[in-house]
Amino acid sequence: MISIQQISKQYKGAEQYSVSNLDLSIEAQEIFGLLGPNGAGKTTLISILCALIEPTSGSFSIDGLTYKKHKNKLKQLIGIVPQEYALYPTLTAFENLKYFGSMYGLKGKSLDEKINNALEHLGLLQFAHKKIETFSGGMKRRINLIASILHNPKVLFLDEPTVGVDVQSKNVIIEFLQDLNKNGTTIIYTSHHLNEAELFCSRVAIIDHGKLVIKGEPKALISQHKGAHNLEDVFLSITGKALRDHA
Amino acid sequence: MHKLLASTHKEFLLLSRDIGAISILFLMPLVLIITITLIQDSTFKTVHDTKIPILIVDNDNGKVSKAVFDGLKNANSFEVIQKHNEDEAKDLVFSGSYQLAIIIPERLSSDLEYKINQNVEGIIEKFAMEESDSTETAPIKAIPSKEIKLYFDPASQIAFKTSVKNGIDKMISQIETASIYKAFQDQITDDPTETIFETDKFITFKEIMPLKDNKEIIPNSVQHNVPAWTLFAIFFIIVPLSINIVKEKSQGTFVRLRTNPVSYATVLGGKTVLYLVVCLVQFVLMLLVGTYLLPAIGLPQLDISGKLPLLFIVAFFAGLAAIGLGLLLGTIAKTQEQSAPFGATFVVILAAIGGVWVPVFIMPKFMQILSNISPMNWGLNAFYDVFLRNGSLLDILPEISLLLLFFILTMGFAIIYNEKKNAV
Repeated sequence: MISIQQISKQYKGAEQYSVSNLDLSIEAQEIFGLLGPNGAGKTTLISILCALIEPTSGSFSIDGLTYKKHKNKLKQLIGIVPQEYALYPTLTAFENLKYFGSMYGLKGKSLDEKINNALEHLGLLQFAHKKIETFSGGMKRRINLIASILHNPKVLFLDEPTVGVDVQSKNVIIEFLQDLNKNGTTIIYTSHHLNEAELFCSRVAIIDHGKLVIKGEPKALISQHKGAHNLEDVFLSITGKALRDHA
Repeated sequence: MHKLLASTHKEFLLLSRDIGAISILFLMPLVLIITITLIQDSTFKTVHDTKIPILIVDNDNGKVSKAVFDGLKNANSFEVIQKHNEDEAKDLVFSGSYQLAIIIPERLSSDLEYKINQNVEGIIEKFAMEESDSTETAPIKAIPSKEIKLYFDPASQIAFKTSVKNGIDKMISQIETASIYKAFQDQITDDPTETIFETDKFITFKEIMPLKDNKEIIPNSVQHNVPAWTLFAIFFIIVPLSINIVKEKSQGTFVRLRTNPVSYATVLGGKTVLYLVVCLVQFVLMLLVGTYLLPAIGLPQLDISGKLPLLFIVAFFAGLAAIGLGLLLGTIAKTQEQSAPFGATFVVILAAIGGVWVPVFIMPKFMQILSNISPMNWGLNAFYDVFLRNGSLLDILPEISLLLLFFILTMGFAIIYNEKKNAV
């Protein structure tokens, strides 16, 4: 489904590569977790795969398509849930979703139905006509998610989709994503919540200093590491306990 | 098309919920145009409600000082206050209490009269000697030249100084001329009622205005100010428009749009359509103010009869040029702190070099050349062509073509810049 070959990215003025010679392939209908400490290169990799930034070298394809040749087809194929809310605060939830749905060519009653169904599914139907600026963080995260799936993407990228939300909102989001996955959507997601990733992902990859360190099924990775009881233990044994502050 | 309409609708919703932007776009230009027209109208009026108080120290007490005094009073621009001490008048002016003090020297009238009589007698004697072949002439008493002192407030504008100096010079010249005629009259005849010289002005001025339907188009402050400041307001759209784009970047919505199958041109197209409508609504409001509100507060009426289609064409293309600039600025700027002050300052610069404040013809040569590249200058010329020169579509074609070209170039730069910056 997604094939990444020798992708590297060095930002202008940066001494280090944010992503370095990374090879990875992700199968269709996987829930794939990209894990790593702060500054490991997760967001950079997702940004490359979503055509937000250009890789310094290497190539990738999604469903056999590349951006250079099939830019619009590829954009129609994917959805991205960015870390920021990426919504217009003064527009209502419905207006936001209607607008972003329209950008995928959706229109009319079918778009309205899709929006209402998704809002209902994520418990936000009664807030459809309230402005986003009045929403809590958890509510905004859910609208942010809906805005990315109205066009039924084959691949959904999520960058920290549950950061800053309460447990209830997190559960609703995870269940919604699992439903999407059951209906055929491949999910690639980054998170710092390793317990969440352990339960949610079919496979994970740990990236550090821009390089792929390890990949596999969470249970298999835990069993491969002596003394590891969960994914967090595996993570710490691979990436170490040193702080990763950077500016 | 569907994406363009959706983008336009979204922009409409965003703008309609931004009270600050609405007031900047619609209210401030109206306040601006009313204020500026009220202020500038005084330069066009012959009767003023307000007069500049000036001081006069009359050490002459003769007919010259009386003529100056009456001339200033009749000019209706000044409130003439008489003082008796030069030092007091000087101190009052230099401290900023008054704009001007005029000090008329002692014996100005009598010495002027004496000097003129002396000259005229000299001429008459010269003629008489030629006829009688005599070589004797009367001795000439030397009269020192007289000096009228003018004290100006150091803060006075040069234009004000020049205009006052020219005005007084003209008054003195008229008195001198009249005195010369009188001196000749006294020398030639003893009968003061006898008319020897025709003293009425031989050369007069007639200003010829363009005609429309055999009626002269007479410009007034409103005809000058409304187009100039309307254009200024239209170009001010670059501030909210660039902020709108920068906000999208900071909110993250722009990142989402970049992952959507929609071109940057379509996103900008939605903004262009909405803000073009805003420009035209602004323009209509300005015309309504000029036509109905300004006459109601004692200002001349804006005459738009028969000109509306051409005026809308100019407003349309000026709006496009302004929007193009706003889109480019918003695309390049990274923060609102960059776009807002730059946008506002840039509009003021464009207005200055475009001739909105000071006519282009009185600018230094270099600035005159520079004004040719100001889109505000093109728009202003097109408006003046329609409002004041009775121009046709053909007359405004060069200006509106330049405005359209400016829009295409700025929009093109914005799209290319965005593509280059975010290339995949």
